[in-house]
Amino acid sequence: MSTVSSIFSSVGEIDNTTDDARQRAPLVLRGRGFSSITNSVSAIAERPTTLGWKIAFMFSLSLLGMLGACIGYLVTTGVGVWGNNQPVSWGFPIVNFVFWVGIGHAGTLISAILFLFRQNWRTGINRFAEAMTIFAVVCAGMFPGIHVGRAWLAYWLFPLPNQMTMWPQFRSPLLWDVFAVGTYATVSTLFWYVGMIPDLATLRDRSKSKIGQFAYGMFALGWNGSCRHWHRFERMYLLLAALATPLVLSVHSVVSFDFATSQLPGWHTTIFPPYFVAGAVYGGFAMVLNLAIPARKYFGLEDIITLRHIENCCKVMLATGMIVAYAYTLEFWTAWFGGNHFERFAFMNRAFGPYAWSFWVMVFCNVVAPQFLWVKKFRTNLLIVFIVAAFANIGMWFERFEIIITSLTRDFLPSSWYPFKPTPIDLMMLAGSFGLFFTLFLLFCRFLPVVAMAEVKSVMPQAHAHGNGEHGDHHKSDFQPDEHHRPGPGVEPSLTPA
Amino acid sequence: MSTVIEEPREETEIASEEETTELVGLLAEFEDIDAIMNAARGVRSAGFVRWDVYSPFPIHGIDAVMGIKPTILPWLVLGGGLSGLIGGLTLQWYVNAYDYQFMISGKPYWSLPANIPVIFECTVLLSALTAVFGMLMLNRLPMHYNPLFKSERFRRATDDRFFIAIDAQDAKFDEHDTAALLQSLGATAVETVED
Repeated sequence: MSTVSSIFSSVGEIDNTTDDARQRAPLVLRGRGFSSITNSVSAIAERPTTLGWKIAFMFSLSLLGMLGACIGYLVTTGVGVWGNNQPVSWGFPIVNFVFWVGIGHAGTLISAILFLFRQNWRTGINRFAEAMTIFAVVCAGMFPGIHVGRAWLAYWLFPLPNQMTMWPQFRSPLLWDVFAVGTYATVSTLFWYVGMIPDLATLRDRSKSKIGQFAYGMFALGWNGSCRHWHRFERMYLLLAALATPLVLSVHSVVSFDFATSQLPGWHTTIFPPYFVAGAVYGGFAMVLNLAIPARKYFGLEDIITLRHIENCCKVMLATGMIVAYAYTLEFWTAWFGGNHFERFAFMNRAFGPYAWSFWVMVFCNVVAPQFLWVKKFRTNLLIVFIVAAFANIGMWFERFEIIITSLTRDFLPSSWYPFKPTPIDLMMLAGSFGLFFTLFLLFCRFLPVVAMAEVKSVMPQAHAHGNGEHGDHHKSDFQPDEHHRPGPGVEPSLTPA
Repeated sequence: MSTVIEEPREETEIASEEETTELVGLLAEFEDIDAIMNAARGVRSAGFVRWDVYSPFPIHGIDAVMGIKPTILPWLVLGGGLSGLIGGLTLQWYVNAYDYQFMISGKPYWSLPANIPVIFECTVLLSALTAVFGMLMLNRLPMHYNPLFKSERFRRATDDRFFIAIDAQDAKFDEHDTAALLQSLGATAVETVED
């Protein structure tokens, strides 16, 4: 238990959350140098497998095994193993799909939008947030694939020439979704991998084993740090960021079209695209925090993923959480003001109907819980942040449950109403999807650079020419508020060769 | 094999006939950003053309110092994006309005508003693929074999050190004079690169 409590302890934490108008707060603490960054990040991939990792991996792997068994049972038996019925034909698989796609928004938001906004603190967390995105999209993509019923025909989703000379129907938002999620998965993977190439080269150059040299070397593609290469690399990164920015906003918009373009009361609303995107960012940052808080302690990355990073993520959560709260309110207002009988009923049914408990769980998790984040003391308390983020994840799952299940169970005609009850297979698949996610995430933490080393180095004060005396400061044990602006002890370097 | 230049070069005598090596260039190590910026200015003003700076992260301002021309990558990406746009539009027109028409919910067979999301996704997808693979192609990657990788010292180019390599094919290159120039620019070590 001592290890668990140490995750949340503030012992050894440096508070870099105070703002000084004269200068930027440091992104890397304890005056670390370049090689110190390389060593502490590479060591995670280089050290022998730890017992904690093995236990976590075995646990995730058994959940993944359960998912595999459930899928096998589903494919051999049929979709009746789920609680889906008429009218609730979407059920848990689509709730889980939307939940995981939402989680997958934070990574690309951090890597693309914060990059365009020159938010340099992103460099500490972008790599594993991107990894988290990809693994969440893998979990998400799985659910529609099996939800189609005859999973072996899932390729019908794609416009492939076939013996029936039949094509998919591009006027349907469900097909837009195939393209949106497919593009998002591809672009996120490219962004993650290509950003990792310089760090894979670092691991290649440090590796002592033949296998390590070969494997890292193969994926590092022969990267050698040439400045001519860096020039094109940076240009490519900027372009990818500019492309991924509208993409990340479009993905959950398109997912929301699945609902918004339908006629169903509770779904048929124009607020869905921005509301879904804000919710996705909220849930995604919550997952980033839930992963970052334990990982930074476990891997000893407190100087790279600092309290300031945690606090910034909390602020994003608070802002997007407030947008979500506003959207919930506005939905109710529109339902009342719009004067549509069915729409009014749908919302009364959400708050006071048979699934009212899910609505109030959602309100508590997504509206009440994030209010704690207004207070800085709570934003810098790791235990409270972790709990609020966990609530946000639970709340976002229930938001999708409430939108999908409550609306479908009671639509226009009471004669077609029918309640929904999940089966054990539904619950096991939800748990199993976490197994898939954590198995992939643990493998990533074990073998790949969890922090974008090259990017972190490039935002350190030493990385800028005419550095203000930061060189040789590696021994410094503590951060001084004005240290970046102190004139250096050395003479200004000559501009002309001797 | 690489050797430090100050030592007497004995390899040529020791090396067997099979292992005849050819001088590829000189590799100089620098300790920090100011040193490498300064040295890059010096190398460029000395008139070298075939040379490069190696660093663990992109150095801001080095492009101007080295005289690196802006890459054509954005134009390639524009081309990729336009292909995606036209491809996405054509695909939807062909499959729904031409090859396989069917009426659903009274929607028109060919309806641009309904086609915009997929056009957008195709545009982004092809742009992103062009950006990544275009960057790799322009950088001539993957290139797993590189004589520089034979240098033990060069491994720190992905850690915390900065290097300048000058190609032996450069018109101005002279093994001893160039090494002396690099030393005078503040290199902490200069070594030959052979292949």
